[in-house]
Amino acid sequence: MSILVLAEHHDGALAGATAHVVAAAQAIGGDIDVLVAGENVGAIAEAAAKLDGVSKVRVADNAAYAHLLAEPTAALIAELAGDYSHVLACASTTGKNVLPRVAALKDVAQISEIIAVESADTFKRPIYAGNAIATVQSEDALKVITVRTTGFDAVGEGGSAAVEAVDFVADNAQSTFVKEELAQSDRPELGAAKVVISGGRGMGNGDNFKLLDGIADKLGAAIGASRAAVDAGFVPNDMQVGQTGKIVAPDLYIAVGISGAIQHLAGMKDSKVIVAINKDEEAPIFQVADYGLVADLFEALPELEQKL
Amino acid sequence: MKVLVAVKRVIDYNVKIRVKPDNSDVDLTNVKMAMNPFCEIAVEEAVRLKERGVATEIVAVTVGPKAAQEQLRTALALGADRAIHVETDERVESLGAAKALAKLVEEEQPGLVILGKQAIDTDNNQTGQMLAALTGLPQGTFASEVVIDNDKAQVTREIDGGLQTVELSLPAIVTTDLRLNEPRYAKLPDIMKAKKKPMDVKSPAELGVEVASKVKLLRVEPPAERQGGVKVGSVDELVDKLKNEAKVIS
Ligand SMILES: Cc1cc2nc3c(=O)[nH]c(=O)nc-3n(C[C@H](O)[C@H](O)[C@H](O)COP(=O)(O)OP(=O)(O)OC[C@H]3O[C@@H](n4cnc5c(N)ncnc54)[C@H](O)[C@@H]3O)c2cc1C
Ligand SMILES: Nc1ncnc2c1ncn2[C@@H]1O[C@H](COP(=O)(O)O)[C@@H](O)[C@H]1O
Repeated sequence: MSILVLAEHHDGALAGATAHVVAAAQAIGGDIDVLVAGENVGAIAEAAAKLDGVSKVRVADNAAYAHLLAEPTAALIAELAGDYSHVLACASTTGKNVLPRVAALKDVAQISEIIAVESADTFKRPIYAGNAIATVQSEDALKVITVRTTGFDAVGEGGSAAVEAVDFVADNAQSTFVKEELAQSDRPELGAAKVVISGGRGMGNGDNFKLLDGIADKLGAAIGASRAAVDAGFVPNDMQVGQTGKIVAPDLYIAVGISGAIQHLAGMKDSKVIVAINKDEEAPIFQVADYGLVADLFEALPELEQKL
Repeated sequence: MKVLVAVKRVIDYNVKIRVKPDNSDVDLTNVKMAMNPFCEIAVEEAVRLKERGVATEIVAVTVGPKAAQEQLRTALALGADRAIHVETDERVESLGAAKALAKLVEEEQPGLVILGKQAIDTDNNQTGQMLAALTGLPQGTFASEVVIDNDKAQVTREIDGGLQTVELSLPAIVTTDLRLNEPRYAKLPDIMKAKKKPMDVKSPAELGVEVASKVKLLRVEPPAERQGGVKVGSVDELVDKLKNEAKVIS
């Protein structure tokens, strides 16, 4: 078996998610190559070469792959896929955008967001917002898979894989990059943070999210939100935790003014310890919370910040 | 410009699902079904494009059992002009649906196809991307804004770090994210009128496609239940428990 892992990277750096996908590849077993696609990605390739378990890093460094638009990136992976039994990427918005396109180009199914590997062709994945876990078996010769990073512990960084260039340049006259508006934050990335504190509709407005800042500073936490808070315009979309937002599984998740709809729980119920602060003692979030505090958040948050 | 909208019949998003006792699948008997929420957003977007004079005709399509005609009728009530039902009782997943949809794109030649980003039953998030591959068209996934101008579509996409805007040549495939629009409700007179709108029924065989999924569903289990925890009486008690019992803060 030989496995190709698409590297995830942002702002010129290899994203931590890649080490989790390599771990999923190790669970499948076989030679593991990492594909680094993008423009000016030399340093990223060097970082990928250090990941444990990687045999080779293949680098497609070309303007055609800047921003990893789906059309050229899928064409590139489809071009390389003949050498592999599995193609893996993390279930980021990049992986979700590109891998189904690769699968269809190769006329095979795609398996989304696996959380466990049973064997080289059998995987576990959540369905129905995580309210059921399916075990699925692929009969396709090529398995194209996205990996939920919270399901696999990251590999270490003691490797020194060979790095080689890929010459293939995909034509793309159909799509062009216009612009990106990325959230700027000094806080840890939501998906990777050890502590996450999220606010919901109960926060009342965007300004009140500042009440979470001091606590997040003290705990080194990332700040998340429910969809209701995002929809109400309190905070940007990239903060949404849930079935259709980000999936997180930190050591500590603090839900503030969040009722606990199944779509929200889908994104955080694998956290190690869950704290809920809500003024409604009947709120469903208390059913999954290890520690529930029935309180008005406007009183509880300043006190919590002070006592930490 | 003709717009094709793909809608899927799924469990209503408010329903708490149960796994069948034999672990073969989720139990859907007597469960309330509805149009996938992301498909409602797709239909709404098509209707708004028509209201703005950009779209001239809206064709709603689904691949699924006879009962899925209910969701096509809903789409017709919301403003679609006609519907196509690819009828099958097979377990259809994204690749099979995309293959059937690709044939319909070939027949109908739409300028734009709008799908949901994700069906809330399988949580696959694949069909639009696969349809784009099969038709050789560009894709704008997870859209929070779509602007059609001069044979191009500018699509603003919700990505992990924020927003990304891409420009696509038309025809193109777009998949909807939650913030693209807020879907309207169908009005009673429109629901009545929808009954008279045309609905074509085809079989996968007529389209020359195989829609059954090649991924075997071996087993479905409920997730590990979380133990309900305790209520704490004060912030002090909370901080104490986090430090000394859970040991997640220092
Ligand atoms: C297809 C689909 C996908 C979805 N995906 C997601 C998703 O990914 N993520 C997500 O989060 N949601 C998602 N949702 C939405 C979800 O169903 C809920 O509507 C949403 O999670 C509710 O957010 P909330 O808990 O902040 O708001 P509400 O349900 O309104 O809860 C607000 C809570 O704040 C409490 N509160 C109010 N004031 C105070 C106060 N002063 N002090 C303390 N507590 C207070 C209230 O008691 C209440 O429990 C999705 C929905 C659909 C249909
Ligand atoms: N059987 C189907 N019939 C029609 N449209 C579908 C079908 N399956 C998926 N789709 C479309 O593809 C979107 C994403 O579904 P999926 O990729 O399966 O999660 C849905 O919101 C629909 O718009």
